[in-house]
Amino acid sequence: MPWEVVIGLEVHVQLATQSKLFCACSTQFGAPPNSNVCAVCSGQPGVLPVLNEQAIVLALKLALATGGTIRRRSRFARKNYFYPDLPKGYQISQYDEPLAEHGAVEIWHEGQLRSVRLTRIHLEEDAGKNIHLATGAASLVDLNRAGVPLIEVVSEPDLRAPAEAAEYMRTLRGIVRALGICDGNLEQGSLRCDANISLRPWGQQALGTKVEIKNINSFRFVQKALEYEIERQSELLARGQAIQQETRQWSAEVGRTEAMRSKEEAHDYRYFPEPDLPPVEIDERLIESLRVALPELPLQRRQRLMEEGGLSDYDATELTRETELTDYYHLAVAAGGSPKRVANWMLTELLSRVDDARDVARAPVAPAGMAELLGLVESGKVSGKLAKDIWAKMWTSGGSALKIATDGDLFQQSDSAALEQAVRAVVEAHADRVAAYRAGKTKLMGWFVGQVMQATEGKANPKLVNTLLQQLLDG
Amino acid sequence: MEILELTATALAEQVRSKQLSAVEVARAYLARIAELDPILHAYITVDADGALEAARAIDARLARGEDVGALAGVPIALKDIFVTRGLRTTCGSRILADWVPPYEGMPSARLRAAGAVVLGKANMDEFAMGSSNENSAFGACRNPWDIERVPGGSSGGSAAAVAARLCLGALGTDTGGSIRQPAALCGAVGIKPTYGRVSRYGVIAFASSLDQVGPLARTTEDAAALLEVIAGHDPLDATSLPQPVGRYREACRRGVRGLRIGVPAEYFAAGLDPEIEGAVRAAIDELVGQGAELVEISLPHTKYAIATYYLLCTAEASSNLARYDGVRFGMRAARPQDLGDLYSRTRHDGFGPEVKRRIILGTFALSAGYYDAYYAKGQRVRTLIRQDFSQAFERCDAIVVPTSPITAFKLGERLDDPLQMYLADIYTISCNLAGLPGLSLPCGFSSQGLPIGLQVLGRPLGEEQVFAVAGAYEQAHDWHRRVPEVRR
Ligand SMILES: [Zn+2]
Repeated sequence: MPWEVVIGLEVHVQLATQSKLFCACSTQFGAPPNSNVCAVCSGQPGVLPVLNEQAIVLALKLALATGGTIRRRSRFARKNYFYPDLPKGYQISQYDEPLAEHGAVEIWHEGQLRSVRLTRIHLEEDAGKNIHLATGAASLVDLNRAGVPLIEVVSEPDLRAPAEAAEYMRTLRGIVRALGICDGNLEQGSLRCDANISLRPWGQQALGTKVEIKNINSFRFVQKALEYEIERQSELLARGQAIQQETRQWSAEVGRTEAMRSKEEAHDYRYFPEPDLPPVEIDERLIESLRVALPELPLQRRQRLMEEGGLSDYDATELTRETELTDYYHLAVAAGGSPKRVANWMLTELLSRVDDARDVARAPVAPAGMAELLGLVESGKVSGKLAKDIWAKMWTSGGSALKIATDGDLFQQSDSAALEQAVRAVVEAHADRVAAYRAGKTKLMGWFVGQVMQATEGKANPKLVNTLLQQLLDG
Repeated sequence: MEILELTATALAEQVRSKQLSAVEVARAYLARIAELDPILHAYITVDADGALEAARAIDARLARGEDVGALAGVPIALKDIFVTRGLRTTCGSRILADWVPPYEGMPSARLRAAGAVVLGKANMDEFAMGSSNENSAFGACRNPWDIERVPGGSSGGSAAAVAARLCLGALGTDTGGSIRQPAALCGAVGIKPTYGRVSRYGVIAFASSLDQVGPLARTTEDAAALLEVIAGHDPLDATSLPQPVGRYREACRRGVRGLRIGVPAEYFAAGLDPEIEGAVRAAIDELVGQGAELVEISLPHTKYAIATYYLLCTAEASSNLARYDGVRFGMRAARPQDLGDLYSRTRHDGFGPEVKRRIILGTFALSAGYYDAYYAKGQRVRTLIRQDFSQAFERCDAIVVPTSPITAFKLGERLDDPLQMYLADIYTISCNLAGLPGLSLPCGFSSQGLPIGLQVLGRPLGEEQVFAVAGAYEQAHDWHRRVPEVRR
């Protein structure tokens, strides 16, 4: 029996504030263990939380960008549980009165625009990190992360496929980066997600038994974990077995999900309103000022690239994944590059040279440099092949395309008289192949072109070579 | 003994004008502590070196002509719930027996900045849970009027120290009456100000929405002087109030002419010691005699206050005490088998029975399936109690009631009956649930020679009216001048 897959994601987004949610400690990543820790975020007796208002502002931006309803008065609650990396024995989070509800994230997946509804966006503090020594001798706790502000973006179960879930997470990342509220560094844990997945017979309204997969920190793993779960669950269902409601975790090493805890041993978090923090009151004027200042979001940019630059779906989607890419594109086009050629060159030659698309902002070749090079190709002064060599030189040693081409004599030979001489020499040197060609082996044309190119060190204009060869051989 | 008889305001004046040195004062009090504290056990930690050093610093600053503040040289005790940097802070618990805090809390910092000299940390019920000071992990404090009796709780050490002249003023905390009840039982003045009036930063939390810091002193004016120093907005406490601090000392001399005094029938019900009722009614007559107008009021939800209080305070406490897990500070169970063992043995060994009882109650009240029946309902009743008061305060400016239904009881007398013990706070708890200011001051002595407390309640931020009523009564009597004769 084929099953319908129902997926909802809870994405934790680390907010790009300078200081933690309830104290003045730095949020800087990679600091020595327990160096960004004070009495407040280490939960010393007698301390009190004071809300970092910047975090509210950043969270509001996402709520507005996704069309959410903002609560004028929201509230923090305590989520009580014991864990060594949770200094106070409770996490301050929002529970029954979140900052924002509803709204949606539009995703572009497999040529279609889909709207994924959001249940809520709420603020909470991160926990620390436990480090278990390999020897088993001890476990250490690093509280640098404890108290770092997060927002949790909870989607409705609107996703229907693992790839769609991954695209949703990618899109969300694009949005939070465009808004400047999160650096989007998955490898540093700035974006993590919990996925809820259930299977049900097609046409059934009621949801099947849900399994939660905790703490996934890459797009690839979201997809893989969900694919694995679909297979595991459909096999169980095919055998007539029931799905157990439980929490699982993705193990990247073995490529499967593993049970963490079942419903029976699920936590009772004993939520209650945080008495140390007054309710959060949001001023209407703040909302309006943030609303008018919202930047263009990736999906809007994508639309504009398609309309203004005539780019394909694919090119426009890829170029708007990262703000840095879109910015580079716009600058290169503004410097005279043709949109399609710029897009193509960026997605191949530029992205193959950086580890991360975010690095293009610091690429050694500036957008104007790329535009100049592409201009030389466009005008026929430089061949596509030589352009790649010039690009490589620009990348490693700098300098303008024109100067590199001039210094290296890398211009395309388009002087027919000189070329004709080279073509003639090749034809005369291979009488046997000329005969074979004339006898009908026209595929040899490519071989002749290659010979001429070799003789001219790749500088011959291939179009011109083709014409000249045709004249000589067919004539 | 002359130094020991000065009020805080008078003593600070003498220190500032160099008639007395802060060191002299500190020495006099330290000597008294050395003599009597072995009997009373009002202190958990006496910081003689720190006190003398602070006193010397004040004298040095005075010698340089600097202003040293309103409480120059005033020797004070801090309930051991106040976090003091570098000075052991136990909160009356084994679990924090060796904890030396890395930071200083705000109330004590403000006192020190005003020139007060901290003599040490006063005894208290563990984590401020108790009405008799018998829940201290360091042994009970005794009532200076009769050492076979309790000083009240949980700020019993602070109240006993003030009453016995082991300090000139003290800070306590009041979650359900823990400043006012021991003040009444020891014959001191104690005020719990409006919730949020004093910063709770650096005050070890018991029940955050009820806890409030306040001073204990020998006179209302001294209490007012201490409160003027510690009150005020603190950016480190999000619940602290932004309104400017009132002129409390001045209010003490304002008189009660024209003030409407509310007297609720619900506070003069069965269980009230007739001697106490007599003293409180006489006090009300005295106020009327001075020109106050008597208004009969009703606080109909009073009977639910104790049940509501114990639901809410235990719920919050169960959460506030979760951090004592043996991981980062305080006691840690030796050689734990695993994480669960570390938690359970640390907490089993570290907490006393009353604390455990309340953690269990609170955990239950918050747990899934019971939240609505207990915690949520408690919050609704709390709102009703608050409304009772706001309606009453439309008709009066202050409310006058007994502080405690009984005078100091014998050590051990109520220890085996927690419910009976909880009733000791019956007249003080509503004020915490409503967040109001409440002051207790001596209004007589029982036939057994035990102090009786008069309680004055005010509107939110109505501390000035409270001081006006208390000050007017105090001027007509000299109960506060009596000194207990501590006998072994
Ligand atoms: Zn911190």
